[in-house]
Parts: sequence; structure tokens; C-alpha cells
Amino acid sequence: MSTLRLMLLALVLLGSSGCARVEPWVKPYEREYLADPIMAWDRDPVASSYMQHVYESREGARGGAGAAGGGCGCN
Amino acid sequence: MQLSHRIRRFALALPAGLLLCPLSAAAGVLPDDRADLMYHYYDGGGVQIDGPSLLVRKKFAEKYAVSASYYVDMVSSASIDVVTTASPYSEERTQYGVGFEYLRDKVTYAVSFSNSSESDYDANTANFSISQDMFGDLTTISLSFSRGWDDVSRRGDTAFAEQVDRRIYGVDISQIVSRKLIVGMSFETIAEEGFLNNPYRQVRYRDLDAPLGYSYESELYPRTRTGNALAVRGRYYLPWRAALQADYRWYNDTWDIGSSTFELGYTHPLGLHWTFDAHYRYYQQDQADFYADLFPRQDFQNFLARDKELASMESQTLGFGVSYEFKAPRLEFLDKATLNLKFDLIRFDYHNFRDLRPTGYPIGAEPLYSFDADVIRLFFSGWF
Repeated sequence: MSTLRLMLLALVLLGSSGCARVEPWVKPYEREYLADPIMAWDRDPVASSYMQHVYESREGARGGAGAAGGGCGCN
Repeated sequence: MQLSHRIRRFALALPAGLLLCPLSAAAGVLPDDRADLMYHYYDGGGVQIDGPSLLVRKKFAEKYAVSASYYVDMVSSASIDVVTTASPYSEERTQYGVGFEYLRDKVTYAVSFSNSSESDYDANTANFSISQDMFGDLTTISLSFSRGWDDVSRRGDTAFAEQVDRRIYGVDISQIVSRKLIVGMSFETIAEEGFLNNPYRQVRYRDLDAPLGYSYESELYPRTRTGNALAVRGRYYLPWRAALQADYRWYNDTWDIGSSTFELGYTHPLGLHWTFDAHYRYYQQDQADFYADLFPRQDFQNFLARDKELASMESQTLGFGVSYEFKAPRLEFLDKATLNLKFDLIRFDYHNFRDLRPTGYPIGAEPLYSFDADVIRLFFSGWF
């Protein structure tokens, strides 16, 4: 149930984002460091997914690797 | 199938990792057109696994992207479980995946499907996710839902047919904090129902009538399991051109397994062509509440497990990687290419899973089991 509530909250955030007017404190032209490929969460998805598999096959815990999310706004 | 109980999780990891991560890696921007061809190799604890992996992604009109993946595990196993209770075996597992992504303004919708099949296990996973950039593109929120349905069979037993149903709910937030710092948080709930144990694996119990002083019976797990994982991470651009990343994950489930994972990574480019990576990972878990290395008697309790992955344990990983970027002279359609080699050494230490191979020890006082594993990933990446 708590998961559903969390999802609902995130959905509300998603839906209300159009109304929000937040001034970005890091301007697009200030994101040269974040746009550097070495700052990517996951530079090589094939290789990192494989390690995720290695661990999940041999350990009890799973999940939490995340969709990574970019958010660098580099485009 | 000896490994499948765990390997089937790859059916989760691959669609989520291979397809969804890159697809949702940057809401508002579709991923680059890219192809990766990898050879992977694992050697540890009497198990060798290797095979190829391929992922291709292509976008159209800057609004649509498709991806396809192919993966093979060729397993040769003489693990401690196999050595003590069964016979060494070989098998092959093949997995296919496809994904589609649609970008509309700052919202990215992604769907994917994958199938994993081996001789006694068939797993299907479908996934949907939605990601949105907001607050001046400083924040990305992603929601995902996966549904998995597996068919479990048992070699030599045509009457055995079981299923597993799996649902995964995920929320992921990525936040730019400053010009040099980005942080992220992920929460995932995984709910499984069905036949969750391995049909071949056994537990041992004291049996004074047996020559060894103990005997074996089949494992029996609960038919439901719900786990929650919460992860936080941060990546920082150092004063020189290099990046430092720290990750922490907390995990807990209804089998009473609790774990913590901590990871620290460093990336250092050198010149125009070379990039070096190093990382250290520490993992610790508590045992499942129905796990025991040695049960006092047969049918001691409702649920029984002696799967070492459910024992109290810890693992440590030290990994290195090197990447060389170049312009392939005979492949002019590629904008750039990289050749990559990554090596990881993993040490697994079990706190209450005992090695039954040495003889002469009192029952229940055998040495604790541990092993080292080498993991190699050699891959070529091309951007076109």
C-alpha cells in the first residue's frame, strides 16, 4: 500500500510540474561539467547490466539499481 | 536450473538494465544510436559462465527509439551445491529483448519485453516506464512497472510444472544539485508469488542413522516474497577532469533478509582516447528466517532453505576498467567507437553456510564456505 501511495505522490508531482515555475539555479550554459561523458550514471549499459546480474544471482537482495535518470539538461 | 533460481533474476535485470536504463537515461533526450557487442566471462566457486551479449539502439525523427538485445549464458557448473548433492552439469540460457520509446516534449514513454529460456525455466518480462524532466531540467522523475511470468519445470519429471508471477514498482529521481554534483534516489518494490525455490536444491538435517550423520530433503520456500530496495547515489566532478561516485542501497524483504550495499567509484580520462575506471563495492546481508545450514531433524519447520544466497554473508568487489576511444578506419558509418575491458575480482564470505567437502569435522562444525570469482567483460561500442 505504501508503494502505491509513493507512486501516487510521484504521479501528482509529475502532473503538477507543468504548473510549477522553478527558476533553475544551474543554467543550461553552466552544465558543461555535467555534460561530460565521464559524469554519466551509466556509460556502458551492457556492461553494468551484466554486473547487476552477477550480483543478483549470488546475493539475496535485488532492485534499487534505478532507471538512473539523466536530468543533466544538456541538450 | 541449479543456477536458475538466481539466473531467472536476469530476466529482471536485463530488460530493466539493458533496455530501460538507457531508454530513460535522460528524459527529454533520446539515447544516442549505439551498438554494443560484449563477451562476458565469469569463473568462481566451480562455476564457469561465458557468452556473447548484443544491444542495438536506434532513434527516428528525434521522437522515437527502438532497441533490441540478445544475450547468451553458457554455464558449466560444479558448484559446491552440485558437488555435495548432485552431479556437475552444463546448460545454455538465451535471452531476447525489444524496447520502444516515445519522446513527447519533456516526457519519455518506454515499453519493453524480454524472454529468457533454458531447458527447465522460461521467463517473460514486460515493462512500462514514464520519465519527465522538470524544474528547469534540474530534476528527472521516472516511474516504472514490470510484470513477469515464469514457467518452472524439472528435468526428468514431466509431471512437474510450476509458475511464478512477479510485479515490480519503481520510482527514480535524479537531481542536479550544482554545476558539478548530481544525486539520485531509487525505490523499488518487488512482489513475487508462486514457486520461488529451486526444485533441485536440498537442505540437510541431523540423522544419526545415516553414515555421514546427516541426510538431505528438498527445500521448501514460502510461495510469496515482497522486497523493498532504496538506493541513493551521487556523482561529483572533481577539480581536475575526473568523476567520483558513491552509492548506498538498503534492502529488506518479507523473508527477513536485510542488506546494505556500499560502492565507491572513480573515473579518470587520460588524453583524448583513454578512460580508466576503478571501483570498490561492499555488500552485507542477514539470513532468511527459514534458512539453516543444518536442521535438527527432518521436516523441522514449515519452510526450509539451505541456499547459500539466503545465508548470512558478505561480498567485496574490486574492479578496474579501461576504455580506448577511436575512429574506426574501415567502419566509416561509425561516428566513434570504443574498445573496453573491465575486470572485477569478487570475494564471497558466508557466515553460516559450511563447506561439506573436507572430512573429519564434527557435524555442524565444518569450515565456513568462501570463494573468489573473476569477472571479465570485453566489449566493443560503436556510435552511428
